[in-house]
Amino acid sequence: MNDVMGIINLSESEEQIKDLTLGRSLGALHIFGRYRIIDFQLSNMVNSGLSNVAIFTYGKSHSIMLHVGSGKHWGLDRKRDGLYIFYPEINSEDNIRRLGDLENYRNHLDYLQNSTQKYVLLSRSYMLCNIDYKDVVQHHRNSGSDVTIVYKTIEKSYDRFPNCDTLTLDDQNRVIGIGKNLGKEERYNVSMEMYVMKRERLIKIIESAIQRGDARFLKEAIFQRLPELKVNAYRFNGYLSCIQTINNYFETNMELLNTQLCEELFNKYGPIYTKVMDAPSTYYSEDSYVSNSLVANGCIIEGKVENSIIHRDVRIKKGAVVRNSILLPYVTVSEATNLNYVILDKHATITPRKMLFGDQSNPFVIKKNMVL
Amino acid sequence: MKMQKKEIVAMILAGGQGSRLREITDKIAKPAVPFGGKFRIIDFTLSNCSNSEIDTVGILTQYQPLELNSHIGIGSSWDLDRNFGGVKILPPYFDKEGSRFYMGTANAIYENMNFIDAYNPDYVLILSGDHIYKMDYQKMLNTHKEKHADLTISVIEVPWDEASRFGLLSADENDMIFEFQEKPDEPKSNLASMGIYIFSWPVLRACLIEDHNSQDSSSDFGKDIIPKMVEGHHKVYAYRFSGYWRDVGTVESLWESNMDLLGLNNELNLHDKSWRNYSVNPISPPQYISPFGRVEGSIVNEGCVIEGHVIKSVISTDVHVGRNSVVQNTIVMPNTNIEDDVQIDYAIILSDITVKSGTVVKGTRDHITVYPSEGGENHE
Repeated sequence: MNDVMGIINLSESEEQIKDLTLGRSLGALHIFGRYRIIDFQLSNMVNSGLSNVAIFTYGKSHSIMLHVGSGKHWGLDRKRDGLYIFYPEINSEDNIRRLGDLENYRNHLDYLQNSTQKYVLLSRSYMLCNIDYKDVVQHHRNSGSDVTIVYKTIEKSYDRFPNCDTLTLDDQNRVIGIGKNLGKEERYNVSMEMYVMKRERLIKIIESAIQRGDARFLKEAIFQRLPELKVNAYRFNGYLSCIQTINNYFETNMELLNTQLCEELFNKYGPIYTKVMDAPSTYYSEDSYVSNSLVANGCIIEGKVENSIIHRDVRIKKGAVVRNSILLPYVTVSEATNLNYVILDKHATITPRKMLFGDQSNPFVIKKNMVL
Repeated sequence: MKMQKKEIVAMILAGGQGSRLREITDKIAKPAVPFGGKFRIIDFTLSNCSNSEIDTVGILTQYQPLELNSHIGIGSSWDLDRNFGGVKILPPYFDKEGSRFYMGTANAIYENMNFIDAYNPDYVLILSGDHIYKMDYQKMLNTHKEKHADLTISVIEVPWDEASRFGLLSADENDMIFEFQEKPDEPKSNLASMGIYIFSWPVLRACLIEDHNSQDSSSDFGKDIIPKMVEGHHKVYAYRFSGYWRDVGTVESLWESNMDLLGLNNELNLHDKSWRNYSVNPISPPQYISPFGRVEGSIVNEGCVIEGHVIKSVISTDVHVGRNSVVQNTIVMPNTNIEDDVQIDYAIILSDITVKSGTVVKGTRDHITVYPSEGGENHE
């Protein structure tokens, strides 16, 4: 896999999860107790043997920056290649900041041109899965196609992939159409927005889109050129979730309260790496009661916790009841508080004797740093 | 050539076998023994160095160093991967006069004088790799400097009835030490040496060379170097420390010190973010407590799956506790699988093993069972 480079494109739709992405990009959102969303793509790439990985950010990038740092926790602090982070900037020629992420690629085209790998793997952060890219690239090489798109066939669950790209395939698994999921079909192929192509091909697509001015987003540029290209699809059969709505974020966290799924997502083709925080082990007091929950290190739990995801350094005090909820790092839940179907963002504090009830289909979000 | 220097270099004695820890140290050195769910014993000393802004540390290894070496690596877990200084592992070595194992604690330092000289330090801090405590060594160094001492020994008050287990120091009203007794039958003082020494390097250097040349010395700090300095013309002072400090040299003391972590207001307070205790962090998912699992008065680390009942215990990384199993008053070391229907009480369960379904392991408060144990209960 020395001849494949990876790109994680963070220009993702955040409209339906914006309460949780006010001060961070979606890739930096905390998930499953100790991770951030971007950890999965970074780990998938590293576990597949990629050593040249770039993150193209799209605003609110400081949290991503603080999280990934030099890339050391993913083994990407290398002398040769390693981790690159690119930010959108104002074009110095005409002082205009254009809409869309294509400008960001144009400004950093040098990076693509100077990389030595033959292939490039493009992905997003919000498609959560544990995938073996070695197999995807092998499939691409064998197929002789220009572009390979990874997809998963979904049956009867519109809610989990609303507005995601869908692929229409012929019997040779060639892509003959790309659409949007409106929930009108029971069975559809959702695009995982992972594309494999030659690096030269990607450069050409970017250059021609800028020359012609017919696209503002990289995805748009690729899709417009698909009719001219031979596009193949690679079928993924493992666990997949798209974190682009609050409901999906909630459901996905809850789904992980299942040891088999945990084992697949956290281990199948290699472990998921994240930034380490040196929190001590979690303490469960004698009065605590914890059941069916995922708990990270650094917590002190004295209350009752059921069917919940508890991130690092959370304090749940005596007499508090937390059910069906997600508590992000540094949350404090005070005495005699009752929470059900609630998402508490980082550093939120719930003072004593409060009752907060959301609903399974509409969890209640308490924003970052709020004291209630 | 530009000559760089360090004010102080720390040397951690980590070569001991720790035979009183029975099977726990069969394959690993005492400083590498897992502690408190996610740590190893040496993490406390290394974190103290890092938090005290001492960035040049030599670790003297000898007994079963493999796990210890791979744990320490280049020291990045403790922020001790530095351009100048940082952590270095110092095993015994070979030179043209032959190979020599470290014969005593002082001899280990003598053999590494060239390591210390390379940093041209004013002071050398001698530490043990097997104590559990949090301490700011800079405060001790300040006292050493204020008193213009040749040697400062960190001391802690111990109960009079336990005093005869320690090396005891008698000090005058200025904390100047005038007498040293090694584990005496009739203690004259209750100030115990914590095995933490700051020497002015030129003084120690001369003492080490003198000691090396004398015929009848066992080259030990406690038995030879320090008594000689107290008796001689050197200025030896005590630095009084108060707070949590434990020597975890026996199975029972290791167990007890782990159990001390099981309380909201324990003295060690590992949740204090201003003095983080660092370690190598495992790459494991969060812990999962299943609908059948119960955890009470315990600490549990990342990667664990708890389906049984855990009471007043310390559960380390990647441990699985099966259904209907009861683990109480016990330390379970990393990566061990406890199957269903297992009963464990007052025990230390070693790492990387499977405890088969139906197993019963019962120790007592006064005699903690180490499982598995090859030589039976009385194996020392």
